[in-house]
Amino acid sequence: MTLHTPSTAAELAAIVADARATRSPLAISGGGTRAGLGRPVQAAASLSTTKLTGITLYEPAELVIAARAGTPLAQVVETLAQRGQRLPFEPMDHRGLFGTAGEPTVGGVAAANVSGPARINLGAARDSMIGLKFVNGRGEDIKTGGRVMKNVTGLDLTKTLAGSHGTLAVFHEVCFKVSPLAEREATLVIEGLSDALAIEALSAALGSPFEPTAAAHLPAFDGARARTLLRIEGFGPMITYRTGELAKLLKRFGALETLGEAESGPLWQAVRDAAFVAAGTDPVWRISVAPSKGAAVGTKLAALGGRYFYDWGGGLIWAAVPASGDASAAAIHALAKAAGGHATLVRAPDAVRLSVDVFDPPAAPLMTLQRKLKASFDPDGILNPGHMYAGL
Amino acid sequence: MTIAFPEPQAAVLAKRDAIIAGLQAIVPGEGVITALDERRAFETDALTSYRRVPMVVVLPETTEQVSAILKLCNREGVPVVARGAGTSLAGGAIPQEDAVVLGIAKMNRVLETNFADRTMRVQSGITNLAISGEVAHEGFFYAPDPSSQLACTIAGNVAMNSGGAHCLKYGVTANNILGLKLVTIEGEIVEIGGAALDSPGYDLIGLMVGSEGQLGVVTEVTVRILRQAEGARPVLFGFDEIGQAGRTVADIIGAGIIPVAIEYMDREAIAICEAFAHAGYPLDVEAMLIIEVEGSEAEMEAMLARIVEIARAHQVKVIKESKSAIETAAIWKGRKSAFGATGRVADYICMDGTIPTGRLPEVLAGIDRIVKGYGLRVANVFHAGDGNLHPLVMFNVNDPAEQVKAEHAGEDILRLCVEVGGCLTGEHGVGIEKRDLMREQFSDTDLLQQTRIKSALDPQWLLNPAKVFPLDAPKEAASSTPAKAAA
Ligand SMILES: Cc1cc2nc3c(=O)[nH]c(=O)nc-3n(C[C@H](O)[C@H](O)[C@H](O)COP(=O)(O)OP(=O)(O)OC[C@H]3O[C@@H](n4cnc5c(N)ncnc54)[C@H](O)[C@@H]3O)c2cc1C
Ligand SMILES: Cc1cc2nc3c(=O)[nH]c(=O)nc-3n(C[C@H](O)[C@H](O)[C@H](O)COP(=O)(O)OP(=O)(O)OC[C@H]3O[C@@H](n4cnc5c(N)ncnc54)[C@H](O)[C@@H]3O)c2cc1C
Repeated sequence: MTLHTPSTAAELAAIVADARATRSPLAISGGGTRAGLGRPVQAAASLSTTKLTGITLYEPAELVIAARAGTPLAQVVETLAQRGQRLPFEPMDHRGLFGTAGEPTVGGVAAANVSGPARINLGAARDSMIGLKFVNGRGEDIKTGGRVMKNVTGLDLTKTLAGSHGTLAVFHEVCFKVSPLAEREATLVIEGLSDALAIEALSAALGSPFEPTAAAHLPAFDGARARTLLRIEGFGPMITYRTGELAKLLKRFGALETLGEAESGPLWQAVRDAAFVAAGTDPVWRISVAPSKGAAVGTKLAALGGRYFYDWGGGLIWAAVPASGDASAAAIHALAKAAGGHATLVRAPDAVRLSVDVFDPPAAPLMTLQRKLKASFDPDGILNPGHMYAGL
Repeated sequence: MTIAFPEPQAAVLAKRDAIIAGLQAIVPGEGVITALDERRAFETDALTSYRRVPMVVVLPETTEQVSAILKLCNREGVPVVARGAGTSLAGGAIPQEDAVVLGIAKMNRVLETNFADRTMRVQSGITNLAISGEVAHEGFFYAPDPSSQLACTIAGNVAMNSGGAHCLKYGVTANNILGLKLVTIEGEIVEIGGAALDSPGYDLIGLMVGSEGQLGVVTEVTVRILRQAEGARPVLFGFDEIGQAGRTVADIIGAGIIPVAIEYMDREAIAICEAFAHAGYPLDVEAMLIIEVEGSEAEMEAMLARIVEIARAHQVKVIKESKSAIETAAIWKGRKSAFGATGRVADYICMDGTIPTGRLPEVLAGIDRIVKGYGLRVANVFHAGDGNLHPLVMFNVNDPAEQVKAEHAGEDILRLCVEVGGCLTGEHGVGIEKRDLMREQFSDTDLLQQTRIKSALDPQWLLNPAKVFPLDAPKEAASSTPAKAAA
């Protein structure tokens, strides 16, 4: 197995152009921590961005940072923190879930559109991505977007490529819009709610002017009490005020308890990293539905014997289900679809991920567009073939 | 008059009667507009110095009709220009003589409102302001707020990825759209996304938003609606020096404060807007900032106190905190009427480039130099938090030579924006206006990746032709790709 580790964009382009000339597909990786992601890629050669590192631009007063794709995410996060800033989308650390030990990279985060609980008010990774430099499946070095926040010049390929899992292009540099770190945070907890009531409470809070920056519900498993969580961020007096107002608004759901910094931080990190479903090796699903449909999906997951929790006010459900032939794929795709959403199989053995739909296949007309898009970037299927959909 | 239009195709014009008959079979009655004087209403948009009367105009009322119209145009090889309210400042909705204008203004209904999920599904011809109006009674709103929001449609907003004064906090159109119903040139109806926060596969919403009617016609949109803040209050600052205003903005953001809006006006713009709106703007300053914060009374007080302290550190000369709803309305009326007020003073072209905010003083000096070099005047208003400039280059429309000079000045300004690391357009789009400047920002390889997508989704290039890409942009026929997508 050949492993390519280009250290310049030109080298990267040459490797992809070569691969295309010989019709030999490449498996693309960042930190190489990808054990278990997507559908397994069958390729004789792989290409890693580990040598494409370094922060290339950081202007705190302009709220932008750019880094080469192989830069460890941790380096970006630390650099930002030194100036009181952060990536707004709180990228999840998946190592707990996958049991891997590598370094998540900037390119991997962009390619997988990795986001966390702040998404409800600050958006997903794609919302913060303002520029990309990449090599397409023809070995051409291309730029799109830039380093300014507002840019509508031509087609927005940055958003198109966010979450494309290395199947359209290999990124070599990513530019993000950043935001200030909150001065303080606190978490409000209501105990003992059913899923349906919890989601009602979260919806009420998220539809209030008090701007919670994260919302989650942890149903009762293993005898623990169910906990419904809301995060408030800002400067001190603002937290006191908003906590009080939310307590009034949510009175009918029960008493609110407030957790301070020390407990709040780690709790949301656990939500972000899906820690509540990470234990063991059971298949893990990520289900995206409209918040109001969440509780009904939860009920069905429980019937399948799953353990699950809700992120983003019920918009996102993480579920671990008992291992079975198809990791409950048929049932879970169907229940997500019935709720107007979709489901992604995030953790399962290779053989399972090869035989079921890891990502929900979109409806036929949409799939046609996806194929056309793939062909325009990577006509010979050189990059991560079959990684998202079989035959694509 | 420096922007070229393609020659109308004789073969298409020759089929006019048959095409009209075909359209009338799809949209009965007044939905098909053929009379010359009625077609004239569609000959231009807000870039009024360019105009072409379209071959025919059709105003469908359903997605199915849109699908049938596009099938007809695709089969007959007729160009189609989708049109919302026609407020594009980049000439995005200007037709050509051999084109069908497909206006979606009649498709303006609200289909579904869901407060629990904070989403709303609307037909794409609804105006931006009507979306907020629909949910205002529950304290909700749709965030992107272009100054044209009373008139412009959500379809136009999606096509242009429009922004507004409050985008600093809430993002632009792309950040506020969850689903689209789109019709391809083949007449295929495609639903992308919906009420859930993401959709499977590639981010086609990301691709469609900002694609300026190049890839399909949007007929329905699912938007995010947000709860209004408890209150909002602007403060107005006047400075003797441009640099002081720039450093104030940088320090506010550097201090971790993200106001909902930071708007900048220069001396000329202040004078023009004050004469129109009587907003109480200071007339003896070089630069003015309007900074708006949101929250409860106490929160706003606290935030404004910090902001004022930062402005003081940069020798702010005038500070005016709004004390009432009436004062707040006046301050915003002045800013929001900048374009209209300038129009009363002179003809102007409104440019729209974006720069890294750190380069602001140098770029403003450059704009001044460029415009003076052509013997013209300029007023600058812009969104300072995100570096989105709107120089209004003034000229006399009755003097064709002066208009050409104004266009050249505008182009030079945009080149300067790109040179310092910015881009050609921050919210108005490329349209015909900036089409020929695309190579300032993109290499031919960069452009080719974009035109390949265009060719893949619209192989005959019938959707809104001669916009966005230079007429000689590198293209490849969709069929030249070996792994041509199985349909
Ligand atoms: C189906 C699925 C769903 C997931 N859902 C979530 C989620 O909801 N939230 C979350 O936080 N995490 C999620 N992840 C995990 C996420 O992928 C990792 O957190 C992240 O990719 C780690 O970075 P890495 O450098 O280790 O990337 P790797 O594991 O090396 O690569 C990750 C993916 O990105 C591609 N890639 C890497 N570098 C580049 C590059 N430079 N250019 C182009 N493509 C590149 C790879 O081919 C691979 O597809 C999901 C993963 C999968 C497969
Ligand atoms: C006074 C004034 C102030 C303005 N202020 C702002 C501002 O603050 N911020 C800002 O961003 N813009 C602003 N604009 C520009 C303009 O209002 C926006 O670009 C707006 O989004 C255009 O909407 P529209 O409905 O008028 O679209 P149109 O002008 O009709 O069309 C614009 C583009 O959208 C395409 N299109 C229309 N309908 C569809 C459809 N159904 N499917 C696919 N494509 C379609 C057209 O082909 C065209 O390319 C302003 C304009 C004016 C005149």
